Amino acid sequence: MKAHLTRRYLFSASHRLHSAEMSAEENLTTYGKCNNPHGHGHNYALEVTVSGPVDATTGMVCNLVDLDECVEREVLARYHLENLNTRKEFVVTVPTTENLCIEIFEILQRTFRPAHLERVRLEETMMNSFEYTGNNGAPR
Amino acid sequence: MVYLTRKAEFSASHYYHSPEFSPEENRRIFGKCNNPNGHGHNYTLEVTVKGEVDPRSGFVVDLKQLKEIMHREVLDAMDHRFLNKEVPEFVTKIPTTENIAIAVWQRLRPKLERAQLHRVRVYETPDLFVDFYGEE
Repeated sequence: MKAHLTRRYLFSASHRLHSAEMSAEENLTTYGKCNNPHGHGHNYALEVTVSGPVDATTGMVCNLVDLDECVEREVLARYHLENLNTRKEFVVTVPTTENLCIEIFEILQRTFRPAHLERVRLEETMMNSFEYTGNNGAPR
Repeated sequence: MVYLTRKAEFSASHYYHSPEFSPEENRRIFGKCNNPNGHGHNYTLEVTVKGEVDPRSGFVVDLKQLKEIMHREVLDAMDHRFLNKEVPEFVTKIPTTENIAIAVWQRLRPKLERAQLHRVRVYETPDLFVDFYGEE
């Protein structure tokens, strides 16, 4: 029987929203305070949902230790206490939470093998969150 | 279609152990959760039902009835219990969060009349939860 398992992680990072394709004025109009050249930071909350049949012997979709290790190695080690704009994936792409959410989904889709990646949900603050499911259809 | 979610909490202990594994394998796979004396969690249960809104009552489901069914079928059986020893499903199945979500679904589904069960979500801790949508 198939179940969905969700694990929640926390990390903190700084970023600046600025697009090279826009003029200084346009950047300021579009991104407002987030365009401050010195950057600013957030405590992000990341929810990773994986799915699969519940193993008849272990009773698990996947071993949480494997999921934790993968997220720690591939996501948290990469972004926690970092400036997102200094990462190569965000030199051109603006590190909005939308783009960060998609990037994390793609990283985990490449690197996490034991279960199917369903969804990545990323909270930038308590007031806003973003979800990306790749080709898995609408989040539910 | 409207979706309605009712929340409940229960506290229980459990441990993870499979007779199909050797003691070493059990320790390696389940880690601290393999301690036979058990350990406990405050579980949060979210039951989501779906249905059309009844034109007379304005309800998808009578919440009082749903609450009573959840209490009778789930909380009375699992709250303040050692799941491995006191809940029949977990004599043979390991009481992982996955299996608890499935057991809750199987207990509730035959008891619901008007509303259709959509999802059972079980939080083991605030940073870990499992969703079960029935046999998809």
